[in-house]
Amino acid sequence: MDSHHAEAGKAREAFRAVTRDVAWIAEAPKPHKLWLVVLGIALVMFAIGLYSIYVLVTTGIGVWGNSNTVDWAWDITNFVWWIGIGHAGTLISAVLYLTRQSWRTSIARSAEAMTIFAVMCAGLFPLLHTGRPWFAWWMIPHPNDMQMWPQFRSPLMWDVFAVSTYMTTSILFWYMGMVPDLATFRDRCAARGDRLRAIIYGSLSLGWRGSARQWHRYERAYLILAGLATPLVFSVHSVVSFDFATSQLPGWHTTIFPPYFVAGAIYSGFAMVFTLLIPARHLFNLKHIIKDEHVEAACKIMLGTGMMVGLAYATEFFIAWYSGNPFEKFTFINRAFGPFWWSYFLMVGCNVIVPQAFWFKKIRRTPVVIFVLCLLVNVGMWFERFVIIATSLARSFLPAQWSYYSPTRYDVGVFVGTLGLFFTLFLLFFRYAPVIAISEVKGVMPEAHAGKKH
Amino acid sequence: MTEPHTHDASGHDDHGHDGHDHGHGPDHDGHGHDRELPDGKLYGVLAEYDTPGELVEAARKVRDAGFTEFDCYSPFPVHGIDEAMGIKRTILPALVFCGGATGTLGGILLQWWCNAYNWPWNISGKPSWSIPANVPIAFEATILLAVFTSFFGMWILNKLPQVWHPFFRNERFNHVTDDAFLLGIEAGDQRFDAETTPKLLKDAGAIEVSNVHLDPDPESRQMPRWITAFIVASTAFALIPFAIAAKARTSRSSEPHIHIFPDMDFQPKYKSDQPMDLFDDGRENRGEITGTIARGSLNADDLFFRGLENGQWTTGYPTTQLPITEALLKRGKNRFEIYCTPCHGYDGRGMGAIPTRVASEGGAWQARNLVDASNPVAINMPNGQLFNTISNGYSTMMGYAAQIPHADRWAIVLYVRALQRSQNASLEDIPVDHRSAMQMPEAPIK
Repeated sequence: MDSHHAEAGKAREAFRAVTRDVAWIAEAPKPHKLWLVVLGIALVMFAIGLYSIYVLVTTGIGVWGNSNTVDWAWDITNFVWWIGIGHAGTLISAVLYLTRQSWRTSIARSAEAMTIFAVMCAGLFPLLHTGRPWFAWWMIPHPNDMQMWPQFRSPLMWDVFAVSTYMTTSILFWYMGMVPDLATFRDRCAARGDRLRAIIYGSLSLGWRGSARQWHRYERAYLILAGLATPLVFSVHSVVSFDFATSQLPGWHTTIFPPYFVAGAIYSGFAMVFTLLIPARHLFNLKHIIKDEHVEAACKIMLGTGMMVGLAYATEFFIAWYSGNPFEKFTFINRAFGPFWWSYFLMVGCNVIVPQAFWFKKIRRTPVVIFVLCLLVNVGMWFERFVIIATSLARSFLPAQWSYYSPTRYDVGVFVGTLGLFFTLFLLFFRYAPVIAISEVKGVMPEAHAGKKH
Repeated sequence: MTEPHTHDASGHDDHGHDGHDHGHGPDHDGHGHDRELPDGKLYGVLAEYDTPGELVEAARKVRDAGFTEFDCYSPFPVHGIDEAMGIKRTILPALVFCGGATGTLGGILLQWWCNAYNWPWNISGKPSWSIPANVPIAFEATILLAVFTSFFGMWILNKLPQVWHPFFRNERFNHVTDDAFLLGIEAGDQRFDAETTPKLLKDAGAIEVSNVHLDPDPESRQMPRWITAFIVASTAFALIPFAIAAKARTSRSSEPHIHIFPDMDFQPKYKSDQPMDLFDDGRENRGEITGTIARGSLNADDLFFRGLENGQWTTGYPTTQLPITEALLKRGKNRFEIYCTPCHGYDGRGMGAIPTRVASEGGAWQARNLVDASNPVAINMPNGQLFNTISNGYSTMMGYAAQIPHADRWAIVLYVRALQRSQNASLEDIPVDHRSAMQMPEAPIK
């Protein structure tokens, strides 16, 4: 009996340790100094973005570098880039859940948060590109005295539905997963006598009691949401790729786009997750929860998706030759050797060559190197979208239409602003919310089976 | 063991204790942390177990003893506990299926009604209803409604949010979200007994068993009033815009409508006939500069363009431009029937559709009789004057220069002449071999 109690005591101590190691971040009376510094930088970036958006909205999108030839440029590049980043969050939380990859539990929460913040940033760009963002509600079908309905057969309308469904689903999935952990925060705040936080976390946790009957329905709902989010995440980036694939422009008009875009999305999203988590787990002492094995597994996924993206680049070139279409052929030769050659080689360098380093276990186990490689992949994936969008438009059918694209300070400003918004939200999330799915981590610990008869 | 477990509610009953601040009269003396509240009715017993495995075993025993009003509490879903407790599978998946199916049908119906039925879109002549192009939105609608059903359905089935629960008064219960494994049996269960039930739990391996009593103050078991007030008030405020919209749609107003975004309605530009400071004459519309003629508007030929010959109405015809042919005459008939018959009638006697209508309303107005031999005004007009009348109008007749090109006006002149001749024809005008056909007795002409 004593040995049994000792074992039980150890198990409980292990559970308590998980709670403590996650909760201390939110409970620390003062935030980490580095956290404050980074938050300050992020807020400055966000302020730059707000100013750029102010100028943009009050003047018109003429302040951007977009022209009659290159009418989609940084705005849509950023939109696709951010949406793609968001997809890794859903992949980690839903797809890896369905495939029972228990290593996902440590990173799922922050990856989902990243999804939501990335989709918020993404949504800004088409909204601003309309020029009159206050009329965005015209895209929602509603009875009106103009007797007009949205054109539901337009891929841009599909975008509206896909992205807003994705945003809604991501928020609900994230919040639902967080409720048991918010209840943990509630109980800890209540025990400390911190009334204000107990009320806030208490309201957010909806009175969660952790009862078996509640867990039963909760788990079922979680499984269903994961099952729904999985086809959704594939559909969203496919729909985003339809914006291009259904047009007639060489370089856009290809059937390979949906799988190619989805692979690229997951690739860039994983890179972003680890751009955020490698410093965070170091800063907040989470290395024993977000373990080296987890980072390694993610490196392997990046290696795989990176090669899928590389295969897509090669396939596009092959088809350009094999189709015998002179416009298609010209577009791809122009992509690699035309005026935007530098962006093409940045893309191939960062997306195809850089991830080859992940073949080596030593690199997969060296966080600093992984962090740098992830940054490069982020850059490469941004350039992939830029290459697709800008170079195809800058050299379309008629030479009279040809032009070159250069961004203005407001293009840069809005993009920097979304980066600021993203990091601000992520930092706030990391300080005030349960950054790790506490209940899920406990559920996959060996101690979760303590005292069971086998 | 069965001793009442008294403690201060604040600190671990974060929902309930808000209620303490409201609705309490001065009869309560303060809410100090160390003040012990008297306990109310027994709500149930809570037993704590060391490990998840023991909790499962205890749950099995409690169920085997016939209890139904009991539940297990753990920091994470414990494997095997559903079966041990005999929890029936939730109906949530069936609800989600219904939600998803509603989404599919709703998505398809929405698109069909908007784009194919209520206001069909013609895009390059493609069919206004084609399923493949409507799949993405139907799919997204399916996912959206299924997600809503599973999210909200789960909370509703779990009876959450719930702001208050008696078990939160127990100190150990607040560790359920950390490291504690508890089993609670409610006193409302038919088999509950204040003596034997705690013993059963203890025998199942509980390390501690305690009674949980209701808070004697019924206020604490309700939603705090300020929350209720907030929900009611915010719901009411949220409905105001809809109420305004509903009122606007069902009533009339003589006020000009509100321009929320005026920049499209009032654009910084000049419209025709608006005053403008830039020019001396203060007009925005710039007239033609004297002496300039637009390309193709020289119209130098007086005969063809104005019907004049040496300053007089011509009696001739611009045969240079328009050789007189049967085709020209037919063109004139066609144009006459489009532009002239509404007033002058098909026979030119001035009783077209409009005068007929005026007569039927009891009025008296007639267009010029173009073929009247007894008052031959139109018959005696030179060709040039007829042309001019068509071009510039006469009396109540407006000019047709803007609608009928010059050549067509001349074609109409030709046809009017033919009408005047045919409407006043005698037998001698008919070719000899056709005359017999006309000598039929009294054929009424209508």
